Amino acid sequence: MKTRTFRVGCLLLLGGAMFLSAGCGTVQPWQRKTLADYTMRADRDPLTDGFYDHIFFSREMASGGKGVGGGGCGCN
Amino acid sequence: MKKTSNSFCRIIAAIILLHAFSGLAAGLKVGDAMPDLAGFKLDGKLPDSLAGKVVVIDFWASWCGPCKESFPAMNELQKKYSDKGLVIIAVNEDEEASDMKDFLKDNPANFTVVRDAGQKLVAVAGIGTMPSSFVFGPDGKIKFTHAGFHGAETRKQYVQEIESLLTK
Repeated sequence: MKTRTFRVGCLLLLGGAMFLSAGCGTVQPWQRKTLADYTMRADRDPLTDGFYDHIFFSREMASGGKGVGGGGCGCN
Repeated sequence: MKKTSNSFCRIIAAIILLHAFSGLAAGLKVGDAMPDLAGFKLDGKLPDSLAGKVVVIDFWASWCGPCKESFPAMNELQKKYSDKGLVIIAVNEDEEASDMKDFLKDNPANFTVVRDAGQKLVAVAGIGTMPSSFVFGPDGKIKFTHAGFHGAETRKQYVQEIESLLTK
């Protein structure tokens, strides 16, 4: 009885995993037109980069920021 | 009972492994014969005969930066070695034909360009990056493969490989 429950459980688990993984796909190298677009780049906007950079070095200043130490106040 | 459980687990493990690897394409590798290009319904005119020629089949797309970079090198190879028996076939993988046409206006090619509209040939080739190319010897078998185009380094490799195959 115990074995039967185990088997049914395994089969359900396997069936579920196969059902869910069927929705996964790999984007092939020749299908990456959209991904290769300029707008997909993380560094596409210099202004946003500047903001993020400022936040990063201000917040992390106490631990050295971007190479220069400071108080971590973000006041520069 | 334990034995039955063990074999049951093995069967399940085998099914999971089969399922996991079912998506992996084998792809072309060194030593493989050239696929029958005529069977892939490529848009564009293929050379009449490739028998006894050194053939470079290059997969590219208009949105791919290194592909654009490879065009001048391919033009140069074509110019230098076509009389000696080199044939370059650039297989375009753009989903829209207009993307390819626009690209070719800005980057003219003096070699054969065909379009794999159904992306069937590239799937058979099973490439891992764009651009990728296969260098076939006069016997019609793959001698060298290239993944990506790395400027002067790749150009130099092409020259060495093509010269070694043309002198055979």
